Amino acid sequence: MIRMILTLALTAWGLAWGPVVAGAQDAYKVGAIFSITGPGSSLGIPERDTALMLEANINAKGGIKGPDGKLHPLKMVIYDDASDETKAVLAAKKLIDEDKVTAIVGTTLSGTSLAILDTVQKAEVPLVSCAAAIKIVEPVAERKWVFKTPQSDYLIVGVLVDYLKSKGLTKVGWLNVDYAFGQLGWIEFEKAAQKAGLTIVANEKFGQKDVDMTAQLTRVKAANPQAVIIWSIPPSASVATKNYADLGLKMPLFQSHGVGNKTFIQLAGPASNGVTFPAGKLLVAEQLPDGDAQKAVLLAYAREFEAKYGPRNTFGGHAWDAVQIVTKAMERAGTDRAGVRSAIEGTRNFVGITGVFDFSASDHNGLDRRAATVIQILDGQWRKAK
Amino acid sequence: MTAADQLAQYLASGLVVGGVYALIGLGFVIVYSVTRVINFAQGEFVMLGALLMVTFEARGLGAGAAFALTIVCAAALGALLERAAVHPIANAPGLTILIVTIGASIALRGAALVVWGTDPFALPAFSAGPPFHLLGATIVRQGIWVLGVAAAVFAGLWFFFTRTYPGTAVRGCAINARAARLMGIPVERMWLLAFALSGALGAVAGAVIAPITYATYDMGLMLGLKGFVAAVLGGLVSPPGAIAGGFLLGVLESLSAGYLSSGYKDAVAFVVLIVIGLVQAAGWLPWRVAEEGEA
Amino acid sequence: MTAGRRWALLAAAAVLIGAAGGMVRSSYVLGMLIFIALNGMAALGLSLVMGFAGQVSLGQAAFYAIGAYVSGVLTASYGWNGWLSMAAAVLAGAVSAFLVGLPVFRLSGLLLAMATLGFGIIVYYVLVNWSAVTGGPSGLTGIPPLAVGGFRFDTDARMLWLAWGCLLAVLGLAGNVVDSRIGRALRALHGSPAAAEAAGIATTRLKLGVFAAAGATTALAGALYAHYLTFINPSPFGFAFSVELVVMVVLGGTASLWGGVLGAAIVVLLAEGIRALLPLLSASHAGAEYEIVVFGLVLMTFMILLPGGLAGLARRSA
Repeated sequence: MIRMILTLALTAWGLAWGPVVAGAQDAYKVGAIFSITGPGSSLGIPERDTALMLEANINAKGGIKGPDGKLHPLKMVIYDDASDETKAVLAAKKLIDEDKVTAIVGTTLSGTSLAILDTVQKAEVPLVSCAAAIKIVEPVAERKWVFKTPQSDYLIVGVLVDYLKSKGLTKVGWLNVDYAFGQLGWIEFEKAAQKAGLTIVANEKFGQKDVDMTAQLTRVKAANPQAVIIWSIPPSASVATKNYADLGLKMPLFQSHGVGNKTFIQLAGPASNGVTFPAGKLLVAEQLPDGDAQKAVLLAYAREFEAKYGPRNTFGGHAWDAVQIVTKAMERAGTDRAGVRSAIEGTRNFVGITGVFDFSASDHNGLDRRAATVIQILDGQWRKAK
Repeated sequence: MTAADQLAQYLASGLVVGGVYALIGLGFVIVYSVTRVINFAQGEFVMLGALLMVTFEARGLGAGAAFALTIVCAAALGALLERAAVHPIANAPGLTILIVTIGASIALRGAALVVWGTDPFALPAFSAGPPFHLLGATIVRQGIWVLGVAAAVFAGLWFFFTRTYPGTAVRGCAINARAARLMGIPVERMWLLAFALSGALGAVAGAVIAPITYATYDMGLMLGLKGFVAAVLGGLVSPPGAIAGGFLLGVLESLSAGYLSSGYKDAVAFVVLIVIGLVQAAGWLPWRVAEEGEA
Repeated sequence: MTAGRRWALLAAAAVLIGAAGGMVRSSYVLGMLIFIALNGMAALGLSLVMGFAGQVSLGQAAFYAIGAYVSGVLTASYGWNGWLSMAAAVLAGAVSAFLVGLPVFRLSGLLLAMATLGFGIIVYYVLVNWSAVTGGPSGLTGIPPLAVGGFRFDTDARMLWLAWGCLLAVLGLAGNVVDSRIGRALRALHGSPAAAEAAGIATTRLKLGVFAAAGATTALAGALYAHYLTFINPSPFGFAFSVELVVMVVLGGTASLWGGVLGAAIVVLLAEGIRALLPLLSASHAGAEYEIVVFGLVLMTFMILLPGGLAGLARRSA
């Protein structure tokens, strides 16, 4: 009896919660949901840091100049979804109904982005996701309010497959981490390999928290591939790479864009030497030809981020693109959610970190092959692969 | 690579991982046998062992000194957990204490995230050098260290429990707390000792495995779970059982990843557990897996 | 409490929820209430298992997942009617719980806990690996919302009514059972399993029944979750969620129907409350990392101060 009353009292009290984030009346509010804790945190934290960095930069100039000609300070309301779908949904609802943001940036992981699709579409709030799954923006007809900045897996995989073919490596072994990132990579790779005429002689999986992959690598070795591809992120990617070297495997090792961070090199040590992977151009910004459209933007972001937070990170880059796209749209449409959505969709030739974006009604990702290049790790440094 | 080589490789990797599971399992056994508490935070001691080693070595301490200091810190933390969180509710139902240890593990993980961040840390192996090749299998140097340290710990514990007074007192508490109290053994102090010891054991496990698998703030959950399975496999109150359970688990995992599907590797531990449990329930085993506590 | 008082309280709750759905504008508040109802349904089942059957189930998330995926897959991939698929989900939950309990209830308490833990992990791995049916780690999109004729349960208010409607119905049903002969047998089992056996109660069958019922209510909650989010993936259904359910039950008090719901409310509100309060205490945005620490500390403090859970508090004041 007491418990029943307590329950109802608690839930009634809960109704009183949801403080509106304080801010100047004319502030432009942009919501953000990142995985600051949980398995996605190594991606979410650089995204959060980048968002904060941009907020400070924009406000240093006085804010966003809205369509009314006035400067409005930018207020980023950032929530952690703890890499959990339920928390992401609640965070999205809070941003929309309590904090009354104009648009939302994030989430970090594909699962959480897919989980909040329904919420943002029903509430008609534009979402620019920092997650990669293609289902986030397709089918476009059912994703009117949703956009994303990371490259889709088929794009990244396509660049890798072309490179493999060009080097005559047609018999390959494949391992992927068993959660969404790895699985989606496998789905695309299988398709692309078949089209390009590559043979996959071995196909293994491992867990993100696994401490040893020698069993799987041993089986791959037994199938005698010309090259091996590991699709994962640190730390499991680094463990697998060290296992690879310890087992004395000599075939060229390729990996995913998930290892495009200093952490991978730090952890794998000398075993990382020679690892080749497709990724955005941020990591080799200094080596781009001067005519490259993105070079100036990449260098500016890399330098600023490295001065304030630490080694540059392509995931932070996805957040940079998302926040910039939203704030530029707000320059044109102010706080009108539908107007901001249209403005985002009308973004053309936006030179970002991930690539050059051309959104349209039929393409809410807006990237092409310029968004990826092949990179090789030599002596702990990133070099554009030849 | 011949089939025999493959088998040797799987066994070798399995034994190394198994040694770690055994160490963690021992931590569970020591606490449970004395206090009848399942210390859900055991995995976090493993994590702290690894991360503390990283920090101490980064400050310039040699591997040996860092190792010793890490163990002392972990033991102190274990004692603190017991005094602050377990001792005040020593008479509460087991489930309540379990939830408290769950809360402790959550808080420890959060604190580790704040202090060390999300990035994994690499740790140099205790001794540098190329991997060994033995009977067709490749074992990294640190793997030998894992097995060596584990063996030393097992021997040390055996000596402690059978040949020293405090150790025998702990064993007495484990067998029958009421009788131990009547014999003049300070049971409350034994609880403290048990938690401190298991904290140290967890830290040892973390420190030796970190050069192979890296240290992350969230490595404790899965390792703790596997160590718990090892402890249960061996009979939650039997240290030799936990050791055997740990190695068995490690080898089975490695073999199933090698010969069956790598995707189901983690599930293997539990299938084995259920099968052994059912076999025992049917009365086909000469020993009991996981005694229910008395006293 | 008497049946009359119970029905009165249930009716009062129904009125409150009905009003809330109509008046509350914030989807955030509605969302919290919906998740409280869903988690509450799962927690109340577990509360009966832990309280009456005296067994700790560390894999309850598996039944939640089974409910979500059975209903989700049948509607999204095979075009089934939403209500039929929900019925199938509830049946799947009950049957799988029965099948798991049958061999496992003969094990001693600790092994039983491990076996349920194992079951939870195995189900998780099946969900991750059986991609053809479950969509694998990236999950299943396009799950249709439930509908009656043209009336679709696709807004927060309507889902609120549906979720709480189911919760209150389950509570009402369970309340009836508690009053019946089965309820007396359950209380006997809770008091002393040995005495109950001696009195001729088929304790194993009773325990299995409770476990199957818990499986059914948890699966129902899972199915509603799937139709609410219209997207599911394996990630919310792992070991961490099973642990969270146990925490909810202990917080609220075992062997109590409302205890489970209360525990669910506490956990959801605690997490959201910390999220709301932390930025007010520390100016920087780096609060998220501290949320976990605070949550763990609050949990510990709560259990140390109230070792009997809220049930202990209720018993003292009753």
